[in-house]
Amino acid sequence: MEFQAKELFAKHGVATTLGVVAETPEAARAAAEEMGGVTVVKAQVKAGGRGKAGGVKIAKTADEAESYARDIIGMEIKGLRVNRVLVTPATPPVEEYYFSFLLDRSNRSHLCIASVEGGVEIEEVAKTNPDAVKKIRVDAIEGVTPEKAAAIVDEAKFPAELRDQAIEMVQKLWQVYVEEDATLVEVNPLARLEGDKLEALDGKVSLDDNASEVRHPEHEQFEIREEADPLEAKAKDKGLNYVKLDGQVGIIGNGAGLVMSTLDVVAYAGEAHGGVKPANFLDIGGGANAQVMADGLDVILNDEQVKSVFVNVFGGITACDEVANGIKGALEILGDSATKPLVVRLDGNNVEKGRAILDELNHPLVTQVDTMDGAADKAAELAHQA
Amino acid sequence: MSIYLNRDSKIIVQGMTGGMGAKHTTLMVESGANIVGGVNARKAGTTVELGGKELPVFGTVEEAMKETGANVSVAFVPPAFTKDACIEAIDAEIPLLVVITEGVPVLDTAEVVAYLEGKSTRMIGPNCPGIITPEESLAGITPHTIAGKGPVGLVSKSGTLTYQMMYELKDFGFTTAIGIGGDPIIGTTHIDALEAFENDPETKAIVMIGEIGGDAEERAAAYIKEHVTKPVVGYVAGFTAPEGKTMGHAGAIVSGSSGTAQAKKEALEAAGVKVGKTPSETAALMREVLQGL
Repeated sequence: MEFQAKELFAKHGVATTLGVVAETPEAARAAAEEMGGVTVVKAQVKAGGRGKAGGVKIAKTADEAESYARDIIGMEIKGLRVNRVLVTPATPPVEEYYFSFLLDRSNRSHLCIASVEGGVEIEEVAKTNPDAVKKIRVDAIEGVTPEKAAAIVDEAKFPAELRDQAIEMVQKLWQVYVEEDATLVEVNPLARLEGDKLEALDGKVSLDDNASEVRHPEHEQFEIREEADPLEAKAKDKGLNYVKLDGQVGIIGNGAGLVMSTLDVVAYAGEAHGGVKPANFLDIGGGANAQVMADGLDVILNDEQVKSVFVNVFGGITACDEVANGIKGALEILGDSATKPLVVRLDGNNVEKGRAILDELNHPLVTQVDTMDGAADKAAELAHQA
Repeated sequence: MSIYLNRDSKIIVQGMTGGMGAKHTTLMVESGANIVGGVNARKAGTTVELGGKELPVFGTVEEAMKETGANVSVAFVPPAFTKDACIEAIDAEIPLLVVITEGVPVLDTAEVVAYLEGKSTRMIGPNCPGIITPEESLAGITPHTIAGKGPVGLVSKSGTLTYQMMYELKDFGFTTAIGIGGDPIIGTTHIDALEAFENDPETKAIVMIGEIGGDAEERAAAYIKEHVTKPVVGYVAGFTAPEGKTMGHAGAIVSGSSGTAQAKKEALEAAGVKVGKTPSETAALMREVLQGL
């Protein structure tokens, strides 16, 4: 979110105005009073297009700030509820620029994108005047040296009177990118204020989850729990790789690719069964023991939309008998709270043992089907009938 | 024949003495792969018994290569140390480096990939199942029991989909199956593997498995159109994945209009690749191709 990006900017010395985060209209009013003069009240959500959605307002007085905050807090922008606003002094830009560093997957390196033609409407500029949007490759080992920063600023044609300031800002933004392990650092707009002062007026930073795990424990503070879907939050607490979707067939599988593929197969199967869809993505990875299976089932069965569950495991390193015992154990742990039918497809390593364990269990909720397509069809059928 | 890995490959394991490393070294030894030792600076000079084989532990990759003639390294090093382990292996000029480790910071991988420029090492991964040449060698975690030798070359972003596809086509078998990993930045790409399979006389047809995110499949499609004469059958996972949500693999996220499964499917089909909607349909398409050869 913007206010978090600005915190990271400030931490690395990038000129910006932090402002005050307010979760109530009264707090917004107090902030505006404290600042005096004209303020900007901005919705804080992880989505673009906040201005167009009515989530950014200029308030001439503290009264106005309070009233705008009342409108904005609670509104939805791209499906996300706004829980807080950022109040900053209004600093109308003389000119607006665009600047970002990002991961360039295609070239397996980093890329700098800069434009002095318009900030906020950068996508429009890229379409109508692509030459004005400079894309400059950054070497992953050398990074942004003072010379590289100067070359970027010159290529983007920043005004001469801002050159030194711009070079310094580019280097500091690169610091944010590298030291915080970001995959995107975007300043939009990068504003030229009265008195030829450059400032990051709004921004966005995407952090690399892998790096946060390995070397940035402090990044945990950026996770705002109330934003997450409650089932996703619960899954996260249990260390599960779960994404909630809008559908009726719960999915458990091993391996990200196979689970994604399972979602597709269920969606195709659903076409013949009233259009039922996959309800989630859940990758239990390699260690499908009883506890992981129970945790996964617990999350999925708590999804009120779910009518049936499809467990799709290909035993590579994971042995199917372990998975079968996992399902058996999970059903014991869950007891009466397990109420929805389970379609299980096991294949691969130790498949005979795995299938035998489930045959022997003979649980009324469990159906075994030997193929992925067949099992998807069965799970979709059961979801449709329910 | 095969690509990158064969019965003459001599393999060392970086991180052999860790939990994952020991487990999979055992499985590799049991598969018949020629594992010749491991690297761990703190345990240099000792030996470890894994899979019934006494394996020497060396202090550095360079030393291990000198003592054993190793030409492949498989890395199970924790993510925080993966970058250094890769650089060490590249400096030692190991011909093939297979990085299994999951969760490597992407800036580290970008640095390693830049470091590879002009060097003699080929890197596969990170975050991948590695590579198997059935009945000859295994450098990674792919179960060696799924399928035997045959005419199909397989390249995939996903581990379990590699296994699934090998299983579906086990009656035909594989020259080499390579999992390149699902991270946003990887060493060996679809294009590299396609080129190698095209040049391998025993590979008669190629299965390529992709997933949402990035434009690797689109680029591979353009490459196939220009350079690949062998039949290619494709599969892309993630048709139903919503925009903006990461689906397990760090790379598997759809942003904006590009990177969708549909766009990838269309690009591949435009290059003459038959694309299946599901793994089983993809296998059926490959079956038709193989029966027609």
